[in-house]
Amino acid sequence: MSVAVDRAAATLERHAARQRLREKIFAGATFVAAALVLLLLGGVVVALVTAAWPAFSHFGFAFFTTSSWNPVTEKFGALAAIYGTVVTSVIAMLLAVPVSFWIAVFLTELAPAWLKRPVGVAIELLAAVPSIIYGIWGLFVLAPVLQHTVQPWLIDWVGPLPVIGKLFQGPPYGIGVFTAGVVLAIMIVPFISAVMRDVFETVPDVLKESGYGLGATTWEVIWKVVVPYSRTGMVGGIMLGLGRALGETMAVTFVIGNAHRISPSLLAPGTTISASIANEFTEAVGALHSSSLIALGVVLSLMSLTVIAAARFMLLRLDRRALSSV
Amino acid sequence: MSRRFRRKITNAVALGLSGIATAIGLFFLCAILWTLLKHGLAGMSARLFTASTPVAGADGGLLNAIYGSVVMTLIGILIGAPIGLLAGTYLAEYGRGTKLSAVIRFVNDVLLSAPSIIIGLFVYQILVVPMGHFSAIAGAVALAIIAIPVIVRTTEDMLNLVPQGMKDASTAMGAYPWRTITSVLYPAARSGLVTGLLLSVARISGETAPLLFTVINNQFWSTNLNDQMANLPYVIYQFAGSPYKNWQELAWSGALLITLTILALSILARFAVSATSGSKR
Repeated sequence: MSVAVDRAAATLERHAARQRLREKIFAGATFVAAALVLLLLGGVVVALVTAAWPAFSHFGFAFFTTSSWNPVTEKFGALAAIYGTVVTSVIAMLLAVPVSFWIAVFLTELAPAWLKRPVGVAIELLAAVPSIIYGIWGLFVLAPVLQHTVQPWLIDWVGPLPVIGKLFQGPPYGIGVFTAGVVLAIMIVPFISAVMRDVFETVPDVLKESGYGLGATTWEVIWKVVVPYSRTGMVGGIMLGLGRALGETMAVTFVIGNAHRISPSLLAPGTTISASIANEFTEAVGALHSSSLIALGVVLSLMSLTVIAAARFMLLRLDRRALSSV
Repeated sequence: MSRRFRRKITNAVALGLSGIATAIGLFFLCAILWTLLKHGLAGMSARLFTASTPVAGADGGLLNAIYGSVVMTLIGILIGAPIGLLAGTYLAEYGRGTKLSAVIRFVNDVLLSAPSIIIGLFVYQILVVPMGHFSAIAGAVALAIIAIPVIVRTTEDMLNLVPQGMKDASTAMGAYPWRTITSVLYPAARSGLVTGLLLSVARISGETAPLLFTVINNQFWSTNLNDQMANLPYVIYQFAGSPYKNWQELAWSGALLITLTILALSILARFAVSATSGSKR
């Protein structure tokens, strides 16, 4: 009798031990995977900084303040690429933010129910199109159109103006900093508007209804209730879009012209950090050239990861489930 | 002008602008799709799927590039999915509410938006340099690193949607957490998890920048994972910028193929998620 009980207890104990072991293994595996995500970011930073070190130590601080980029004499300065990255992103944001705002307004406050979903999905699909498609479309369709219509107009009408005119002088190349900014804008509009829509939808209906109850027009409710309520989220969405524009590679590489120089005119060819890396990395012969390109990558990581981290921090306050599109 | 009239005008102008902005957004979607169809359909033929990429001036197709893209995307997902799934499980279950998981969640969200070219440089440093040559494996790893944050994010969100009662019921029957997770949570969230996978496939199948320094390209048919391999994004990049008419045509056809695949995957993912969670989107 007691032998049978002992045996049963032993079986049970073995079973429980096996369960505990499996539990340990599974829990351990999930922890390792989660830690891997953390290590990934650290690994990226360490690997890039290590590889960029020769360039940083060779050029010192001058790497950030000079714009000559000459593989033959092995003189490398990041200024032209940084300038191009910043300027294309600024152009993109100037064009994209207002349009995105209005699209988000349309989607949340204005569109009739039957139109909301299809238009929303269409905008999200536009965000899913890979960047290389924007690049090739920008090169073959947008650049010629800009070259023959928008750019001559800018040169004729804005070019002669004082100060700002300097930005729009010279021949209309078609490809260049300006065109890259426009392509970037088209690329990030769906992205920013999707985030803004999600943010707008977190505004409680009661708040909006009290606005309407006081006799406010739709626009007044949007500007005085919806916008103030969702300000942090909006800024977060905009900065997420900026992070994207800063690091975008393929869409820009096709249309920027890849010239390592800082021209006063926005219509002239230029380069960005990502475009320089994409163009030259596999063809870099000298060790210093590769190292300098990776150093550009470090600069880019610093810029975009800072912006993205700030954006994510602002979006943290929102319920994650509300942000389905990012 | 009365105050009331001015308010009405402002309202009309504002709302009109929002309609115009939306029309602009939709216009670009249509413009891009139309260009892709116009240029891409011309090259759509059986040859596209039966012949490898040609030398300049000769005829050819995209067979090797399509094969390479499919293989690298699949390997990328095979590497990324288990890691993403487990990490997402940690965030939603074992690590729920801890400081560490809050940090990991934040880092994951940052990685989700990190520039893909940086990932390309990273994989170049950790794989291509030690191995001494470009390879399809390195490309697949780069794609996996881009897929992981997407999968982590959707896994966590989807597991959080499972009602607490189901977990409690399983625990009450004496199940260990791993049993509850694998036998209750995963099946309950299955279509959401599939959505995450579809979205990550859509995300990585068009990625170009991370492949530039990891696999590059291969003019010829190759199934060797330890060697350079052709892939659609690189072929599009290379051929679109070339002066040859037939290369450009192949680039457009490839662009059309990729875009249609990604749009189809994105739409499919949307259906999969609305079928279960009953959410709006």
